[in-house]
Amino acid sequence: MVAISINDGAITYALGTSDAEIEAAARNAARTRHMKVVVWRLVVLAILMGSWELSARNTWIDPFFYSYPTEIILRLWEFIWEGSDGVSLWVHLYYTLTAALIGFLLGALAGIVCGIALGRNRMLSDIFSIYIKVLNAIPRVVLAPIFILILGFGLASKVAVAFVMVFFIVFANAFQGVREADRAMIANAQILGASSWQLTRSVIIPSAMSWIIASLHLSFSFAIVGAIVGEFIGSNKGIGHVIQLARGLHDVPLMFAAIIVVLVVVLAAEYAMTLIEHRLVKWRPASSSDAQA
Amino acid sequence: MAPSEFHSQSAIELINVSRRFLSPQGKSFATLNDFNLSVANGEFIALVGPTGCGKSTTLNLITGLGKPSSGEVRVMGKRVEGIDPQIGFVFQADALFPWRNVLDNVIAGPLFRGEPRKDAVLRGRDWINRVGLAAFEGHYPHQLSGGMRKRVALAQTFINRPKILLMDEPFSALDVQTRVQMHEELLSLWSDAKASVVFVTHDLEEAIGLADKVYVLTSRPATIKSVYEINIPRPRVISEIRYDKKFIDLSRLIWRDLKEIVQSGNSVAQGG
Ligand SMILES: Nc1ncnc2c1ncn2[C@@H]1O[C@H](COP(=O)(O)OP(=O)(O)OP(=O)(O)O)[C@@H](O)[C@H]1O
Ligand SMILES: [Mg+2]
Repeated sequence: MVAISINDGAITYALGTSDAEIEAAARNAARTRHMKVVVWRLVVLAILMGSWELSARNTWIDPFFYSYPTEIILRLWEFIWEGSDGVSLWVHLYYTLTAALIGFLLGALAGIVCGIALGRNRMLSDIFSIYIKVLNAIPRVVLAPIFILILGFGLASKVAVAFVMVFFIVFANAFQGVREADRAMIANAQILGASSWQLTRSVIIPSAMSWIIASLHLSFSFAIVGAIVGEFIGSNKGIGHVIQLARGLHDVPLMFAAIIVVLVVVLAAEYAMTLIEHRLVKWRPASSSDAQA
Repeated sequence: MAPSEFHSQSAIELINVSRRFLSPQGKSFATLNDFNLSVANGEFIALVGPTGCGKSTTLNLITGLGKPSSGEVRVMGKRVEGIDPQIGFVFQADALFPWRNVLDNVIAGPLFRGEPRKDAVLRGRDWINRVGLAAFEGHYPHQLSGGMRKRVALAQTFINRPKILLMDEPFSALDVQTRVQMHEELLSLWSDAKASVVFVTHDLEEAIGLADKVYVLTSRPATIKSVYEINIPRPRVISEIRYDKKFIDLSRLIWRDLKEIVQSGNSVAQGG
């Protein structure tokens, strides 16, 4: 049977429509909608890129500063296959990602451990909260020059910048997550026989988990930002270094190409985090599983 | 005299117990003052009383989660120090672990207490069957109805074989039909388990239907105003009990008592 009226997105079906028919119609509607969204997204992209190209070609904007999408693509292609300055893109990317990943892992680990420890211990949190607040007030990027000075131009300084970018976010969330753990649930676990460590492991950490995961999600891109900022300030490798170098050579297309590389990496990382998140918190109610027929 | 001998009949005893809290202004006030209560082995008692009078506080002291400011709390003849493993507690609020499915929720206690997982799972399945949730073993709490979650909570508590069962308005969030069902289930579990029960409720019919004795508490600081023996024979059929003559008489009597407390509480509030 066919839909006979539409209101609020819910479709009213004619009497006697079978469930199978409703499901098929719903599937079709969802597919059509999805296709429409994808097509329109591509149209928007084409319009944006087209007008950029057109404006640059007609020198409505200065191509020296803005370059052309086509040239950026070509430069990206070259960057991917030949690298810049004889150093392959993959070497730069590897360098940046190594710093970001190590900084992220260390920062997240330290953030989780400190957050949970302080969240579980009133005294510790009262003592240290003031210092954390003070440190947190420092914009993280201003630490980059200091780290370069102390740790040198190598990987360590970039790891350190990525670390501080990640640590505070994860710490604050882990701490809050522990504090928000349900009192009744904690009492329940204690009466059921949980020791202090069992309580932390099987009640406190899982209930803080959704907070922690949310912060990890956010902070991975921050780790990449941290690594790149570190490379801006002093490095001879890495995507940040490439951008810095391209700026010096007025190689605008290369700058944009490097930005595109960063963008793709961050998106890929976000996607990976989403997958991990879904695996870890499968107990959570699906945000919307109502059958929308 | 040896205390254990003297108190051998009592599962729970509160002797001259006081519990004081600090108000937000830093003033100390008593929630319990020289409170005495004794629950015999295998006895089912209900506590009713005006809101804020100290019922939850009393249960908290028995679990050992809270400590009395003075006086003594004894469980099975022994002074309470920390959380006693013989105690089970069913909460008013949902206290299940949302990240564990039904089976893992039910066997949480045995696992915490070091039972091998294999044994715990066997016993867990048995308890899940007993509360009628065999088909929902792998479901997560958010996938269950309120009544089903309460059943899981009961199984989770009973699997630890508590000698003392404390319940703080456990069924107050349920609709009437489900609640009556849960009452029947609770009574059958209780008669198998032979535990002593302290059941806190605002619902008089629930108190009379379930308990051997109903304690009526005064407003804060709580004292026992009166005790009613509920001599309705067991096994009881909760869905029918409300038509019982004794039940109706007791209801009326206790209602009158409670009304007095609430009224005098109001006049005190107005006077001061
Ligand atoms: N942790 C606490 N800090 C300060 N005051 C408290 C605390 N716990 C309880 N109280 C006070 O003790 C009194 C009794 O509380 P309790 O929770 O025992 O009441 P109740 O009889 O269970 O009430 P209800 O029937 O509403 O559940 C209340 O007035 C409350 O303000
Ligand atoms: Mg209460």
